Amino acid sequence: MRRAYFKTSWIAALLLAPQLLIIFVFFYWPSAQAVYWAFTLEQPWGGGNTWVGFDNFRNILADPYYWSSVRVSVIYAIAATALAMGMSLILAMFVDRQLAGYKAYRVALIWPYAIAAPAVGLAFRFIFNPNAGIFSYVNTVIPGLWDPTQIGWQALVTIILAGAWKHVAYSFIFFLAALQSIPRSLTEAAAMDGARPLRRMIDLQLPLLTPTVFFLFVINITDSFTDSFGIVDTLTGGGPFHATDLMVYKIYSDGFRGFDYSGAAAQSIILMVLVMALTFVQFRYVERRVHYT
Amino acid sequence: MKTKFATAALAVLATAGAASAEKTKFEYWYGLTGDLGKVVLETCNRFNASQDQYEAVCVGQDGYEKAVQNTIAAFRAKQHPTLLQSFDAGTADLMLSGQFYPVHQMMKDFDITIDWANYFPGIANYYSSSKGDFVSMPFNSSTPVYYFNKEQFEKAGITEAPLTWEGMEAAFKALKASGQECAYAYAPDSWIDLEQFSMAHNVPVASNNNGYDGLDSELLFNTTAHVKHMEDVQRYIADGYAQVRTPQSGKSARDSFVEGECSVFFSSIADHNTVHKLKPAFAWDVQMIPVYEGTERHNTVVGGASLWVLAGKSDDEYKAAAAYLAFLATPESEEFWVSNTGYIPVTKAGYQALLDKGFYNAEPYKNRDLALKSLTFTEPGPLTRGIRLGSFIQIRAEWKAEVEAALAGQKTMKEALDTAVARGNDHLKRFAQTYQGKSFP
Repeated sequence: MRRAYFKTSWIAALLLAPQLLIIFVFFYWPSAQAVYWAFTLEQPWGGGNTWVGFDNFRNILADPYYWSSVRVSVIYAIAATALAMGMSLILAMFVDRQLAGYKAYRVALIWPYAIAAPAVGLAFRFIFNPNAGIFSYVNTVIPGLWDPTQIGWQALVTIILAGAWKHVAYSFIFFLAALQSIPRSLTEAAAMDGARPLRRMIDLQLPLLTPTVFFLFVINITDSFTDSFGIVDTLTGGGPFHATDLMVYKIYSDGFRGFDYSGAAAQSIILMVLVMALTFVQFRYVERRVHYT
Repeated sequence: MKTKFATAALAVLATAGAASAEKTKFEYWYGLTGDLGKVVLETCNRFNASQDQYEAVCVGQDGYEKAVQNTIAAFRAKQHPTLLQSFDAGTADLMLSGQFYPVHQMMKDFDITIDWANYFPGIANYYSSSKGDFVSMPFNSSTPVYYFNKEQFEKAGITEAPLTWEGMEAAFKALKASGQECAYAYAPDSWIDLEQFSMAHNVPVASNNNGYDGLDSELLFNTTAHVKHMEDVQRYIADGYAQVRTPQSGKSARDSFVEGECSVFFSSIADHNTVHKLKPAFAWDVQMIPVYEGTERHNTVVGGASLWVLAGKSDDEYKAAAAYLAFLATPESEEFWVSNTGYIPVTKAGYQALLDKGFYNAEPYKNRDLALKSLTFTEPGPLTRGIRLGSFIQIRAEWKAEVEAALAGQKTMKEALDTAVARGNDHLKRFAQTYQGKSFP
């Protein structure tokens, strides 16, 4: 393969500089600050801090509610990712097969991605409301069956559904693009050999989609860990009784609402390390099974 | 072209300079929202129209918590306002930070006379240093009461709104017997269920006289009458007298009351105005929060927010802010504020002026001064001055989460309160460690 190189390295550096500067200002600098705060007790109004070493981490890791937060986050990430990717793959395949009205579906399916998370949260708050929403019909049949404000697992289901719904659009675009880049000749050849749509899907399209599946998997998992704040904030506020207290939401409520900047900083370091470790595992072990053409 | 441009720029600068020479501006960030936020803005407009030396630039911050959060962020970037409306739970952090200009001192420095003795002691104690000097300016002040549906009470044969919990329970039973599905719309609220309950019963929330005497305080509310009270609330729910009504469950306690679904709900007196505006289709009234029989009733304390002057501003800005605070302290301003919101007057003179006018005898203000009666029921003692605990937002959150768990049947109320105390004590320890070697002014 031929590659282009810059003769002089300073041009490359110059071209990279704006991007590096942005990353420095919005990532490395705040992260370094967070690392420093994580090892101190920071006074919210400034005016000094005390070095406490690993105390903040020790406190967090000894807190049973923190571990329940980790557990809920993992469940949320896996369930929301599986649901979003499964749904979007099915939808993309339908659109790819150009069923009637596929052009309208294609546009409609991309829309949810443009909706802000709090708006999604509010919409789902209405849908799942036990007294007034669509789900209140469940309660008219069997009273007390559906109440995400009291029953923890139901609250978790609500945020998973809302989170997955928002992510369907993003995955859908990528799946559709990937499906459409599969050469027609391959599909047609398979069809001539007598493979029906389902068989073509399993033997032909899915294997060719693995790079996209892998990419979306990494993005969706990362996003579920770091970008679920808006939905939790509007739908459940972390409750009932910590049932939907995702790690990223706990950082917000401890740090910004509770003025515990250091505890929140330590939690965000743990979250960052966790996401980095997950991504490393994904690239190191899962990517082996991916075939790039 | 270049010279033309430069002249234009100079001209702009000159006018800007002239404008700022005319009026000294200062910024004020407030947390109240909706109707109440509009009234705050109105006080600024009235101040700006009343004189031509100063201009208050008032910015709503969408809630108490956000006002403090945003101000902290701005403070660290040295872009903060001169004046901040901060709620009760933010008091301890602000006090220990030392990043404020005590109003008492500021008024003295600018030769503005304020009769500090004129403030109700229940309010003064909350916002004063241990030496009795005001550190922040009392502003929107309230205390809890309960709201009841007069017609449903009459139908159930209850002639007088009970002042004891035993009487309350009898009333709930009578209401239930008269066919009222939901007697008591309950929403867990540590401000009412824990803090004000403890004040009225003269029992401690925490050691060190509720934190006033030092940072090494420990929570005590799992050892007091509060436990019995919360167990009773749980029993009211189990027996079908009370129902949990929160916005998350579809309808807030207030809406449940206003729509006639529930007969009683507890809230701040500030809601008096809101309930009126929502125009319930029945007669209603308010009463002081109940105490248990055999307890001597004590005063409740002030809730709401006060105005803090922050450090790091210029003398001109302080002068302007002082003028605004002095303006707010006039009886006319107080009457404007009280009649347009549900809040209570903070000064004795302001209250007397309203009484002389017969303000509290006529609708829609009738009986609103029950809040003042509750606030001034006794002279504040060591346990009823208020609460001065760090990390108090988190302690409230722990309390609420644990109580919700108990109400959902995941643990007993005693276990829940024990856990809330243990976790709250961890927060207090962290707070004391953060501010090592410091003490409340």
